Amino acid sequence: MSPVIAGATQARQAPAGGGGFPRLLPPPTHLPNPSSPGADLRAYLGLHGPVPYRDSAGALIGEVRAAGLTGRGGAAFPVHRKLEAVAAARPGRAIVVGNAAEGEPASHKDEALLFLAPHLILDGLQLAAEAVGAGRAVLYVRGDLRARTRLDDYLPERDAYGLDRLPVEIVWSPHRFLAGEESALASRVSGGPAVPQFTPPRVFERGVDGRPTLVQNVETLAHLALIARYGPGWFRALGTPDEPGSMLCTLRQASGSVDVAEAAIGTPLATLLDLSAAGAVLVGGYHGAWLPAAQAAGLTLSNAQLRPIGAFTGAGVLAALPTDRCGLIESARVARYLALESAGQCGPCLNGLPSIAAAMAELADNRPHPRVLDDLGRWAGLVEGRGACHHPDGTVRFLRSALRVFGPEIRLHQQGRCSAATARPFLPVPAGPSTEADWS
Amino acid sequence: MSGITSTTALWYASRATGVVSLILLSAVMIIGMLVNRQGRLPGLPRFAVLGLHRNLSLLAVAFVAVHVLTAVTDSFVSISLAAIVIPFISSYEPLWLGLGAVSLDLMAAVIVTSLLRRHIGRRVWRAVHWLAYASWPVAVVHSIYSSHDMQSGPLLYLGLVCIAAVLGALGWRLIRARTGLPRADRVPQLMADRGLLARAGDR
Amino acid sequence: MPTKLSVNPIACSGHGMCAELAPELISLDEWGYPLISGQPVPPRLVRDAKRAVTDCPALALRLTPAPDRAGVEKTR
Repeated sequence: MSPVIAGATQARQAPAGGGGFPRLLPPPTHLPNPSSPGADLRAYLGLHGPVPYRDSAGALIGEVRAAGLTGRGGAAFPVHRKLEAVAAARPGRAIVVGNAAEGEPASHKDEALLFLAPHLILDGLQLAAEAVGAGRAVLYVRGDLRARTRLDDYLPERDAYGLDRLPVEIVWSPHRFLAGEESALASRVSGGPAVPQFTPPRVFERGVDGRPTLVQNVETLAHLALIARYGPGWFRALGTPDEPGSMLCTLRQASGSVDVAEAAIGTPLATLLDLSAAGAVLVGGYHGAWLPAAQAAGLTLSNAQLRPIGAFTGAGVLAALPTDRCGLIESARVARYLALESAGQCGPCLNGLPSIAAAMAELADNRPHPRVLDDLGRWAGLVEGRGACHHPDGTVRFLRSALRVFGPEIRLHQQGRCSAATARPFLPVPAGPSTEADWS
Repeated sequence: MSGITSTTALWYASRATGVVSLILLSAVMIIGMLVNRQGRLPGLPRFAVLGLHRNLSLLAVAFVAVHVLTAVTDSFVSISLAAIVIPFISSYEPLWLGLGAVSLDLMAAVIVTSLLRRHIGRRVWRAVHWLAYASWPVAVVHSIYSSHDMQSGPLLYLGLVCIAAVLGALGWRLIRARTGLPRADRVPQLMADRGLLARAGDR
Repeated sequence: MPTKLSVNPIACSGHGMCAELAPELISLDEWGYPLISGQPVPPRLVRDAKRAVTDCPALALRLTPAPDRAGVEKTR
């Protein structure tokens, strides 16, 4: 097993008040064995029972509303509202899609969940389909995960037990940052390239093949599958009243180790990350924000605390930057990656992100021209809100937080110095630009 | 001076307006390609180039209208009203005249959708507008073979100039399109321009 | 009824015709793409706005009803 998934088996304990934790991650006695998918399924059924269908559309939505489940794909949108919007369609017209594109390079939680708890995801997909009266169920999975997740083996086993009322189609997505964006997803599942589309209409109105489409991150579906069995009260036993439940996090420690863990919302960041050797923390991934380590040490994993300071939990990426690395160099690498990941459809993003990346590279290389900060500020203002999707906005959020948090480092670089003790990269950034084939 | 009957006058008017129509349509094609590739005409703002394209096309419609109506009303040759829009049913030169009807039908589709473009959406409008690339060559063939006017003398040269001009503009348009990058290559090219990629296409 | 101008950034290819036709509503950024304020279009400029919408070669501009300041109920 990869180090990422091994780490996930050492699930952390909840703070006082939690029950039945961990929830999504299986107990050590129920780890999947890919060579015996049938035995895995039997063990899973022994633990959780069969899919608790309600035998009526819409019946689950009230429980989801009571549970307060929000999306775990990054936007934290209330799930019951999405369900209600799609459920308004004619019976059989809607489509449900489980989103496992995991375009964020720093995140491994969806990959881990696909490997460790595929049946929770698939149960959630069926339950969501029943709740909205869908006629088609799709699982949208990053293509390179095909060999590692064994979905091709698990689906026939579920058929043998008659668990799935709708056949599940798997659509493989390209390994691109924007492939999981919901309109890009709808485009790809409709047979086109995985690039964002102009909205309105949003996908819940007109998505795949012009049909109302429910798009939910696979972790959200897994939570749904548990709420359907154990109820909203059980779900709310963890987390905070405004942000109930648990969430998966990808923890990148300053030591270099990477772990996927499940944590109750509201867990102090200092419990999740070892901040003793960290100078700064990246919260929320590459569209998230940097925070000084000292500030992060006093915060919890909750949007209530993070949003007011310009950060958010997002898809649960938490990275502790070691003190021997330079935050500007890391941010410039990410900025270059984000520019390369632009779909290239909208003028401001297509032009602005490479300009921003070039300016960040100058800053990082100790040879910034005198006006580089003015340029960065101007370009940030020019790209924000002017794309068809939120790629430029997220990039600007990340960039502004870097300029804020690494202010002292900027002054060093302007004098031709840098505080990094090593040039080894820390944050994971895939290599290489795109070809047309890479979008499909 | 020999008597020129009204019939003959109508026939001549049809041929003359036909020639002018061809010139105008050729100009419309060239300016249309300019608009599409964001080209400019010296001294003119962009909206004037677009305005020229539209106004010339409406003028061309007027001339084509006179061209077909004089051809129908004149009794020198027999062309029914229906033959204007239904191809290949006239008794005079059914093939070559029929091509004129084809060109007219395509032109009508382009013009009507352009007048209604705000209401029919981008994709439909674009798809129909591409028919212009069919309408013009069909009009050229119709012009050359419907009567012998353009097969010799000054009108032959005029015809060749129109054809050369449109083909030249088309070549320019295709070259401009080829050097415009496909969407997936635009970002790598901009990154390479800024020294952030050694070469577009690197891994 | 108040209206506002908006652009489909995917359809927009930076022709710049809109900025010529409605210079008080639209300006161009340093890359040639339209900068449009989100404010309602003043009544005296509605004609310019409509012309920009109709004449955009890429049909990328739209004039849509704007919720008034009192806060028309948002759909969703």
